[in-house]
Amino acid sequence: MSRLALSKCLLVVALALAGYGAPAQPAAAPASDPAIEARMVRITAELRCLVCQNQTIADSSAALAVDLRREARALLQQGKSDAEVLAYMTARYGDFVLYRPPLKSTTALLWFGPALMLLGGAGVLVVLLRRRARLAASAFDADSDASWTDPPAVPER
Amino acid sequence: MKRLWFLIPLFAFFALAAILAVGLKRDPREVPSPLIDKPAPRFVLPRLDDPSKTISLDDLRGKVWMLNVWASWCVACREEHPLLLAFAKKRLVPVYGLDYKDDRADAQAWLARFGNPYEASLVDADGRVGIDFGVYGVPETFVIDASGVIRLKHIGPLTPEVLSKKIEPLLKKLDV
Repeated sequence: MSRLALSKCLLVVALALAGYGAPAQPAAAPASDPAIEARMVRITAELRCLVCQNQTIADSSAALAVDLRREARALLQQGKSDAEVLAYMTARYGDFVLYRPPLKSTTALLWFGPALMLLGGAGVLVVLLRRRARLAASAFDADSDASWTDPPAVPER
Repeated sequence: MKRLWFLIPLFAFFALAAILAVGLKRDPREVPSPLIDKPAPRFVLPRLDDPSKTISLDDLRGKVWMLNVWASWCVACREEHPLLLAFAKKRLVPVYGLDYKDDRADAQAWLARFGNPYEASLVDADGRVGIDFGVYGVPETFVIDASGVIRLKHIGPLTPEVLSKKIEPLLKKLDV
């Protein structure tokens, strides 16, 4: 093996080793435990930041969001459950911080309102269509200019 | 009667518009605090003027007091400061400051420059006590009663209206 080839070989090995070693040094990991960090991110991604209200606490770089991530991390490191971390947040900032509000009497309208409106609309539609189906055929031809809301087209009983 | 049924959607529209109009007028930044009528969180914090001395919630039990969250970096705090000075001069209740995430030297210089309305300021360097009080912006103001229960929270700078229509009537109710 020529000298040049040997030094090339050594260079390759050295570079490979350097590349191999690099990821072993994490770039300033915020928590020692990646599992806790992952849980912290998952929980805070469910929480609304109070400073930038359309961001999650996980996303926001507002000082308060940074602090709340720190608190969430600390609680998890103490062995608290996900629910306990959420309870910590809502005790201080209310249900407002939850992107998925809990189901209770004050939020029932929020949860069921859209479904109720849909049902109501469907009900009105069914009633109108049934009524129209019962009309005699002549009722539709009598006046082509009659507006669709014109109730007098309904035969009075 | 039946003839008027076509007006129902119109009324439904006005009802919905009224609800949405009220929603527009409300400030989404004012998050109602779950801490109203709940015991104030416990704390022990060093005084701004003398870090070797601390003040705790228990020290303040037995009197109605006001907590004003401020910081030297807070622009809106300057806006409310003259009002707070005038209010403190009336000596209705002791006003304590919570110096939120601030630099001690900056905070002291700020008070020297703009005047000090506070009985004492408590240093909350890492913002933990602020979080316990549900603080999410500075300034905020709390009224805490003699049994240590939070009775009022005002978010944002104090105004003459807030003082005369909300805070002073509440203090009267609390027999101050």
